[in-house]
Amino acid sequence: MKIHEYQAKQIFAEAGIPVPPGKVATSPLEAYTIAEELNKPVMVKSQVHVGGRGKAGGIKYAESAEAAKVLAQKILGMDIKGLTVKKVLVTAAEDIISESYVGIILDRATKRPVIMVSPAGGVDIEQVAKDTPEKIFKLAVDPEQGLRAYQARDLASKLYRDMSQVRQAADIIMKLYKVFWDVDSSLVEINPLVTTPGGNVVALDAKLNVDDNGLFRQGDIAKMRDIDSEDPAEVEAREADLSFVKLDGSIGCIVNGAGLAMATMDLVKRYGGDPANFLDIGGSSSPQKVLSAFKIILADPNVKAILINIFGGITRCDDVARGIVDAFKEFKPEVPVVVRLTGTNEKEAAKILKAVNLPAGETLDEVVKKAIELAGVERE
Amino acid sequence: MSIFINKKTRTLIQGITGRDGSFHAEQMKNYGTNVVGGVTPGKGGTKVAGIPVFNTVAEAVKETKANATVVYVPPAFAVDAVYEAVDAGIKMIVCITEGVPANDMMKVYPYVKAHGARMIGPNCPGLISVDEAKMGIMPGNICKKGSVGVVSRSGTLTYEAIWALTLAGMGQTTCIGIGGDQVIGTNFIDCLEAFQADRATKSIVMLGEIGGSDEEDAAKFIKKYVTKPVVSFIAGQTAPPGKRMGHAGAIISGGSGLAADKIVALNKAGIPVAGSPTEIPVLLMEALKTKKVAKSTAKKPVAKKAAAKPKKKVAKKTTKKTTKKK
Repeated sequence: MKIHEYQAKQIFAEAGIPVPPGKVATSPLEAYTIAEELNKPVMVKSQVHVGGRGKAGGIKYAESAEAAKVLAQKILGMDIKGLTVKKVLVTAAEDIISESYVGIILDRATKRPVIMVSPAGGVDIEQVAKDTPEKIFKLAVDPEQGLRAYQARDLASKLYRDMSQVRQAADIIMKLYKVFWDVDSSLVEINPLVTTPGGNVVALDAKLNVDDNGLFRQGDIAKMRDIDSEDPAEVEAREADLSFVKLDGSIGCIVNGAGLAMATMDLVKRYGGDPANFLDIGGSSSPQKVLSAFKIILADPNVKAILINIFGGITRCDDVARGIVDAFKEFKPEVPVVVRLTGTNEKEAAKILKAVNLPAGETLDEVVKKAIELAGVERE
Repeated sequence: MSIFINKKTRTLIQGITGRDGSFHAEQMKNYGTNVVGGVTPGKGGTKVAGIPVFNTVAEAVKETKANATVVYVPPAFAVDAVYEAVDAGIKMIVCITEGVPANDMMKVYPYVKAHGARMIGPNCPGLISVDEAKMGIMPGNICKKGSVGVVSRSGTLTYEAIWALTLAGMGQTTCIGIGGDQVIGTNFIDCLEAFQADRATKSIVMLGEIGGSDEEDAAKFIKKYVTKPVVSFIAGQTAPPGKRMGHAGAIISGGSGLAADKIVALNKAGIPVAGSPTEIPVLLMEALKTKKVAKSTAKKPVAKKAAAKPKKKVAKKTTKKTTKKK
């Protein structure tokens, strides 16, 4: 799960990491009030879950509270890479001497948290990694022993020469490492970490992603989820306990298991169609889940055919078949539906599906081709 | 022959009184697995499907001499169950539980390793050594005894591939689902190494998906150490970047973990990648034939060079064919 910059800064601030003062606003008037309270020039920063906000014109400098109001007016409602800005962070503008980068990621290869620092901050770190990898310094931390102060100091010394700044940065790295563990994070990032004319080291930006698997014990953070910034269909699917990702194609897919769901999408593409979604109904096979899946997919006007692919192991095909029959009764789908149910209780399932005149039990490749044909997709 | 588990493996089931645990205890037992006991704190002395239940793993090990365990404990307690198994001296731990926090896994992984134990999963379907034993939730009826080793990051996609092999008359030795999470206890390389060492396994199927670089690492490993034919399949070619595709580990982040990159790496190592699960047995048969030709001609030292050439050509052909179809 992603949280916004203003939320991440709140967590950082609570952990003792220095961040510029600021507050979030949802209206130009609110932005004005916050800027007035801060009583100095501010930055007005759009809060959307996407990178490159600055380039898109979603981050602006305001000399006065009046200017902040005008800018907030402009930025609120702005579209950045398909997302509408609904909130702006109004935060004190800092004079910047230098910009660097500090981040911690969960590294799959070493199965450890890896701290990355770079004196080349304020830019896309992936680009730095590509162009000038020698400017990135990494440390894989032993999760059982934790981060040692000397290690943090060592990393900080890659960023600064001034000993006071090294100490400040080392302290920030130690605290960031603690945040990483405390909130079940999969990524924390300060880009840029800046130095001010007064010699202070400050986190000018903040990014924090939370491991979805850790949310059950992160009540306060789970509440930070911004449903407004997500696709409504994906929100609905999550509430129905389905794994769902919206895509642009015309073949709606209902599958059990994530790997098979991906493979089914790939086959649709391979045979000349385009999948409308990724959807995994999961291991248990309650008819209700099939019903929810139909509802979500049928709401997508792009969908021209629905493809159901179930490999029954633990999932019982007859349960899914019952769900399909219920869905036909409730939604009376106008688009063609193609079904493949194989495995546990497939014979019972075939009988149930006869009630709605749906054949089942063909091979995967066949049903995919048929769905594409029925959707009227022109073959390349 | 098989890898990791066999008829003799003495298996415990942690969380045996739960909904999933009790159901699969019976399934495992029916498959012929040597299930010697179950563990649920506070339920010691009872029985599930005729299997004795103990309060602690240590007690179960003492009474039954169990040497393996399957964990069906909910995510909040699953890692604790793994620690308990390790501390009781168990060397083979299969964790089925989905939703285990990655941070917990980062901590328990080195602990498992340091105690010389193996952990498979979490978020995995477990494994089957065909006609010998099954630990986990894979449907046993789709497998057939044979000589193909199957390793996968997925669940139902694995079943699909196994079923395609079985229909084509190509039976299996052991089928393993290593799990779809970011941090897992056993990776592709561990399984490839074991399959390479297993005499009964003559060929290997490896099913990967987007996210991470395990497939790329496996490709390098195969090129260097695996002499048995390997065929692969990679799911998620149509997955958009930055979105978690069901599995916690199935995500393209920062331009890495792409299916296309994995396919290129595998092809580079001479491993054919199937365009559809049904194509897997076809490619595997081709690879096995080529291998045989290469082997029989290789007996004469003079013919060695000649034998190596056609082998390469065929490998290239398969690569071309698969890319064309995509």
